[in-house]
Amino acid sequence: MKLVLSEEQEYLRETASNFAKEKTPVSHLRSLRDSEDANCWDKKIWDEMVSLGWSGILIPEQFGGSDFGLTGISVILQELGRTLSPSPLFATSVLGVTAINQLGKEDQKKDFLGKIAKGEITCCLAVDEGTHHNLSNVELSAKKTKDGWILNGSKVFVIDGASADVAIIIARTSGIKGDLQGLTAFITDTKAKGISIKKVPTADSRNYANFEIKDLNLTSDDLLGNVDDASDSIQKVLDFGRIALAAEMLGNTQEAFDVTIQYLKDRKQFGVPIGSFQALQHRAAKMFCEIELTKSAVMAAMNAADESSNQMERLSSLAKYQAGQTLHLVSNESIQMHGGIGVTDEYDIGFYLKRARVAEQIFGNTSFHQSRYSDISGY
Amino acid sequence: MSDLKAFRDEVKDWLEQNCPPTMRTPLVADEEVWGGRNAKYKNPESKLWLKRMGEKGWTAPAIPKEYGGGGLDRDQIKVLNEELFAIGARPPLNSFGIWMLAPVIIEYGNEVQKLEHIPKIIKGEIRWCQGYSEPGSGSDLASLSTKAEDMGDHYLVNGQKVWTSYADKADWIFALVRTGPKEPKHTGISFLLIDMADPGVTTKKITLISGKSPFCETFFDNVKVPKENLIGEENQGWTIAKKLLQHERNFISNFGLAGGGGSGTKGIVGIAKKYLGEENGMIADSDFRAAVTKHKMKEHAFGLTLQRANDEGAKASAASSIFKFYGTEHNKERYELMISALGNKGVVWSGDQADDNEKDITRAWLRTKANSIEGGTSEVQLNVIAKRVLDLPT
Repeated sequence: MKLVLSEEQEYLRETASNFAKEKTPVSHLRSLRDSEDANCWDKKIWDEMVSLGWSGILIPEQFGGSDFGLTGISVILQELGRTLSPSPLFATSVLGVTAINQLGKEDQKKDFLGKIAKGEITCCLAVDEGTHHNLSNVELSAKKTKDGWILNGSKVFVIDGASADVAIIIARTSGIKGDLQGLTAFITDTKAKGISIKKVPTADSRNYANFEIKDLNLTSDDLLGNVDDASDSIQKVLDFGRIALAAEMLGNTQEAFDVTIQYLKDRKQFGVPIGSFQALQHRAAKMFCEIELTKSAVMAAMNAADESSNQMERLSSLAKYQAGQTLHLVSNESIQMHGGIGVTDEYDIGFYLKRARVAEQIFGNTSFHQSRYSDISGY
Repeated sequence: MSDLKAFRDEVKDWLEQNCPPTMRTPLVADEEVWGGRNAKYKNPESKLWLKRMGEKGWTAPAIPKEYGGGGLDRDQIKVLNEELFAIGARPPLNSFGIWMLAPVIIEYGNEVQKLEHIPKIIKGEIRWCQGYSEPGSGSDLASLSTKAEDMGDHYLVNGQKVWTSYADKADWIFALVRTGPKEPKHTGISFLLIDMADPGVTTKKITLISGKSPFCETFFDNVKVPKENLIGEENQGWTIAKKLLQHERNFISNFGLAGGGGSGTKGIVGIAKKYLGEENGMIADSDFRAAVTKHKMKEHAFGLTLQRANDEGAKASAASSIFKFYGTEHNKERYELMISALGNKGVVWSGDQADDNEKDITRAWLRTKANSIEGGTSEVQLNVIAKRVLDLPT
């Protein structure tokens, strides 16, 4: 395992970096927010991402993708994270694709993955039901009927839930809340009768929704994988998601930090740049150290995912923990070091703080991952 | 890649034939090897192991063969280290000469100096110590005042150094001296090599809060140093000094990694389970378990960062300040956790009411307090990061 990007990955990173700067600077997110865009992402921008092949990076070649690995899509998300660029890339091409790839039958893969690669559909993954992420707390029930399955329950904070064409819903088919076993994945059109979707406006101006599911009738064809057997695969989907999200959070962090360092050089008070004050220099230097550690943890986790290493779960928790902690620190310090303008809506730095707190709690906050790391390591 | 595989086989074979049996057992405290004219070997196999590794140049695998080193590239060094680790081999030699001095002689020394000093360092024949700090020059190192007067064919050195590690056991000292008393402080310094057997050099031990004396004061009283012992140009010693500090910082930062004891019963997790109890195989005290987990996660990320720096091919640079800062602060935290886990066994100074292992941890805890001071304090490292890496204004 080498903790450096390959030439191809480096090329992807550069392409994404240019794309983010040219097509989706922070003003792009701002205008979506100000116009109260229903999707919170721009179809034209998404089409361009699709034409660059990004929607199919995790999709095997026979289904129309490039099979470029989690590192490939994560470095793109990292660069997009620098400008807080919103798109269905994470929910559709990381979560949706990985779930279908892990659990789907051949014809499901052919159908859904083919459409995703071409940009014809977007997906969402409906897991959580409470205020905090926890897969084993799933209670939404799926009961066997004569003709198939009937689902009842609710899901909260589904990423891209307000815009996705297709939903992957994790349901309980046996056992009780708290059991990791007894979970089953279904895949369904979000317009199916029985699903009522309520958009949740959030601080980060991205797309989330709560689902009320009442007597949703599905057939056996809508099963994704085997009954009662989804938990291992979904854990892997979640880990892929955590790693990719950690990369995006690293991008958020790096940009907020770079902008702040520049501000410390430009802003003058008492006749000197405020960056000459040691009280600020030492805090900046400590943030830099944490960012370096985050880069390494994210890189190692991406590698582990692509090499199917048995360290993947542990490294995924390490990456999400370290990225969460560092982004938390940097997003707070960025505001403080900007002083008064840092708390104005006119200035972009506040967007990073708002995105930070949302991203920090997706698929497990730092305390969740600290506890998970501890369990895996046997502490 | 196949070349690397062949190299791995060659290393395996050679180690199999040349690493003595006791050198494959965990290091015992008083069998550490530092070499030098007056070295004593409690275990004769230590001496044999040093001789063989030194002749092969593998005590300093990165240094070119013409100066007695191993002449290995980065990938080969990784293989060598992996194979040494695989058989649990002890380090053949601890050496400030290898860690700090040899790289700067290679970079700044002339051919005669390289051929004279480096092979002796690699074979462990000469033990070196560092003469940087002075009683009046700590963090403000460049204000140093030990003077070296030009006497034609030699310098006459007078002054005092402090925190000279193991000066009482060293054969030679590399020292920063003032050769340009009228120059601005950074531009009047030279880098001199001084034989400690020369008349006028004396040392005195300093007892630390740990009760041990790894450091000394070193005094120079009209010491005559031949001009050929000047490394680089006169008055350009500060550049060399900073470079050497980067090597030193890289080396000290490795303290941040728990090493062999990290996961075993001697590591923080093992100690916590032993002294605080286990519940379902986990540390019973949940607050302590959380503290240990945070510590281990930082350590994991830090270790990955050292690995990434190596994979990226980063040489000693301002980035070494990151490692020095993080590694030493982390090491201090580890020992705080350890004595906290030991409870009242963690503060026993002597006697038989605590075992040797417990008492060693107490002493080691106190020793770690110097980690974030020696080689440039943590605050100095943060200054370096702010100024040289982040380019913040002064």
